[in-house]
Amino acid sequence: MLSIKGLHVFYGGIHALRGIDLEVPDGQIISLIGANGAGKSTTLKSIMGLVPKAEGTIMWNDKNITNVYTKEVVRSGIVLCPEGRRVFPDLTVEENLRIGAYLRNDKEGIQKDKDWVYDLFPRMKEREWQLAGTLSGGEQQMLAVGRALMSKPKLLMLDEPSLGLAPLVIKDIFAIIKEIKEAGVNVLLIEQNAKAALEISDYAYVMETGTITMSGVGKELLNDERVKKAYLGE
Amino acid sequence: MTELTKRTKSILSVAVCVAFLAAVYIGDMVVPPTSGMRMLFTVLEKGSIYALVAVSMNLLNGFTGLFSLGQAGFMLIGAYTYAIFSIPTAMKDSVYQYFDGGLIKFSITEILGNALGGVLGDFGVMLGEHIGMIFLMLCAGLLTAGVAALIGLPVLRLKSDYLAIATLGFAEILRAFFQWKAAGPITNSSNLLRSYTTYDTPLFPLISAGICVAFIVLLINSSYGRAFKAIRDDEIAAEAMGVNLFKHKQMSFIVSSFFAGFGGALLAMFQSSVASTPFTSNMTYEILLIVVIGGIGSVTGSILGAYLFVACSEWWLRGLDSGTFLGISAAFMRPGFRKVVFAVIIMCIVLFYSRGIMGNKEFSWDGFLGFFRKRDRKNRKTGKKKTSAKKHNKDTDIEEEAR
Repeated sequence: MLSIKGLHVFYGGIHALRGIDLEVPDGQIISLIGANGAGKSTTLKSIMGLVPKAEGTIMWNDKNITNVYTKEVVRSGIVLCPEGRRVFPDLTVEENLRIGAYLRNDKEGIQKDKDWVYDLFPRMKEREWQLAGTLSGGEQQMLAVGRALMSKPKLLMLDEPSLGLAPLVIKDIFAIIKEIKEAGVNVLLIEQNAKAALEISDYAYVMETGTITMSGVGKELLNDERVKKAYLGE
Repeated sequence: MTELTKRTKSILSVAVCVAFLAAVYIGDMVVPPTSGMRMLFTVLEKGSIYALVAVSMNLLNGFTGLFSLGQAGFMLIGAYTYAIFSIPTAMKDSVYQYFDGGLIKFSITEILGNALGGVLGDFGVMLGEHIGMIFLMLCAGLLTAGVAALIGLPVLRLKSDYLAIATLGFAEILRAFFQWKAAGPITNSSNLLRSYTTYDTPLFPLISAGICVAFIVLLINSSYGRAFKAIRDDEIAAEAMGVNLFKHKQMSFIVSSFFAGFGGALLAMFQSSVASTPFTSNMTYEILLIVVIGGIGSVTGSILGAYLFVACSEWWLRGLDSGTFLGISAAFMRPGFRKVVFAVIIMCIVLFYSRGIMGNKEFSWDGFLGFFRKRDRKNRKTGKKKTSAKKHNKDTDIEEEAR
């Protein structure tokens, strides 16, 4: 279980996160929704140790990971699938997956997870030797998720997995996110596509200009008047 | 035709290498010192040294995405380390004539040669000298790597152009240091270092450069190499996967410098005298040119590029400077004209083969044989006339480009 308490982050002079409290319990999909610039990505980056924190604590399974190197965060079982896919374009699909398992040494385990990823995304198996840069947008997103899974995470954080994808592809990706949860991986999901996110999440937080303004069970938020107005366009 | 198995491929590669080395050995024995064909061996020697340095630069620029221009400076350290410690004691006074015979009063190759010569006679002298040479080359590499580690600490925090400028600056500082009068008792200031031990067969630079290149290829194909490429492709994503950016950049920089220093030592042997003046940014640009011509991100490209570059500048285009080229003589073909033609060739390459000879592909037996098979098929097709040219698949196009 991941829990964040009173987290403050500054970006240059900008107060990007103003005291965030957030929890990701085991066995659930938690989503974080909000407009552009609300601080969603910053939250994920600060969990990963990619940005310095001013105040607050991040606990991961009773271990304080507030000021730990990214490498150690990944090793402890948290992984980020960054916004905009960011696959390595000049490496093959297979090499991309192996970079995902960079910090692992157990050859058999890596092979097993690779097979699992190929099970989840049969398309990746077909394209094993293709350069990642030549894949379509949806395929690149699948590869990005697969690459993140290769580190054998207990918490998978997805930053805008639906960005710039066709509705049908988004549906596929969300179905797979559910499947990943069934396999015992906690998921923290950031989305602008609030409807799709709220539908599959167990619990959700709404973020606005660096603070969390609302939280609740996913399906309930979906019916909340304020959420409807602000994020669902109804 | 059936596909080649992995085993036949490696057997084929080893066979070609051995045959090539044997041909060089025999050729070296047979061709008389006065023959014009001696140039072939000069090209092979200098080409393999440049190939090593180009591959080391490619490791940095092409595989890790660090645009560094310090190669000449690092070669300089290697060349001097080798030369300083292998000048025979008897020659010290004449080499360091302005510095009372210099500070370093021993020669490692001489010490080892004498030690083993006492036990094994003439063969021992030769063996000792060679052990000393190899030891000194490794020292040259290690010292260069150490200097690179220090320079890397501040410099590797910079990105792209800034990194290039900073490394270029450091290379010039190194050169200025070696020419400094106060360092004279060690570096002989701006005077030549000469009379040191050198190799006596072209096989020596070929084999030692070959081993180094093989090592770099192994590194590129290891998990470290994959991390390098990941950093090149996307730093943020690589970091998010747990790749330690600074550690890997530093490692790539140090390994690349090690081999630049090693190459510098070989170059010192090849030239049989060494001064700091030629190790300017010009030399770095020559190597960068080889990397670009060969293809950024292709080891075989760099090797091919190095031999082509050296052959052109040392041999094939020489006639342009001396008045007659391909049987044509003209008044404008005087010293310097070669460089004009060379510049035009380079421009053509950059304009029409902007990805270099090999792009980011590597040589493979499949590609090599496939190339001939396709050409064969094409020749048959041209007989029939009007076969659809559009049917070329992607591979043919790439290989045509390679031609």
